[in-house]
Amino acid sequence: MTTIEMPRSPRATRSNRRTTRGNAEMAGWLFMRISGIVLVVLVLGHLIVNLLVDDGISGINFAFVAGKWADIRWQIWDLLMLWLAMIHGANGVRTIINDYAERDSTRVVLKTLLATAFTVTVVLGTLVIFTFDPCPAGAPAELLPSVCSA
Amino acid sequence: MATAPAGTLYRGREGMWSWVAHRVTGMLIFIFLLVHVLDTSLVRVSPEAYNAVIGAYKNPIMGLAEAGLVAAIVFHAFNGIRVVLVDFWSKGPRHQRVMLWIVVAVTVILMAGFLPRHLGNVFGGA
Repeated sequence: MTTIEMPRSPRATRSNRRTTRGNAEMAGWLFMRISGIVLVVLVLGHLIVNLLVDDGISGINFAFVAGKWADIRWQIWDLLMLWLAMIHGANGVRTIINDYAERDSTRVVLKTLLATAFTVTVVLGTLVIFTFDPCPAGAPAELLPSVCSA
Repeated sequence: MATAPAGTLYRGREGMWSWVAHRVTGMLIFIFLLVHVLDTSLVRVSPEAYNAVIGAYKNPIMGLAEAGLVAAIVFHAFNGIRVVLVDFWSKGPRHQRVMLWIVVAVTVILMAGFLPRHLGNVFGGA
């Protein structure tokens, strides 16, 4: 009587699996989809309020922006939009760099540029939202939002 | 003489072109985002500085570029939802082609609503 050996494949463990990247790429893939759905709401809302209603682009000036950011809800909206859009966009550009830049040195240079642009933009934008003064002292009153004269 | 490779389910068809368009619009939006954070940061300098730079966005050439940017954002937003449906909805892959045409139609309809208002603001001087 012949016996047939049981098919055995070793259970995948941390030490024998083929990829060494962990689940970072999968987490990135999932982040693109979740942040994308949130950004659809945040960005389309931003476009409707700033470009569609009232005077649209013609109505945008310091008083308009200051009037929005005098409300903490718009500060949170714009901060969340800044962070999600920058991470979503930078990760997308990282994918594009990986696809088209074949030389290692080219990829390193482009990703360094990307990381620098990402850091500068996110830090600058965050500081502006948090340290912004809608009623700067000494500014002409006609350039300021109505909350300043209240 | 080399001949073009035969078409596949993907290459040269809706699947590939929507991927190309998603990349091109995404890259465009990211570049604008970097510039847009910089120009908005001028609110921290002075009201005059911000009003001067935002004035540049109100000239007709920039007004037309904004229309293109909004179209790119609307397409990227709705095609992104299509990508999510292809990945997570069991019938998504089967309906990916018709979903692309829905994305294109939604983009056209929303732009048809947006353009008259926006171009009126840019050129009308209202």
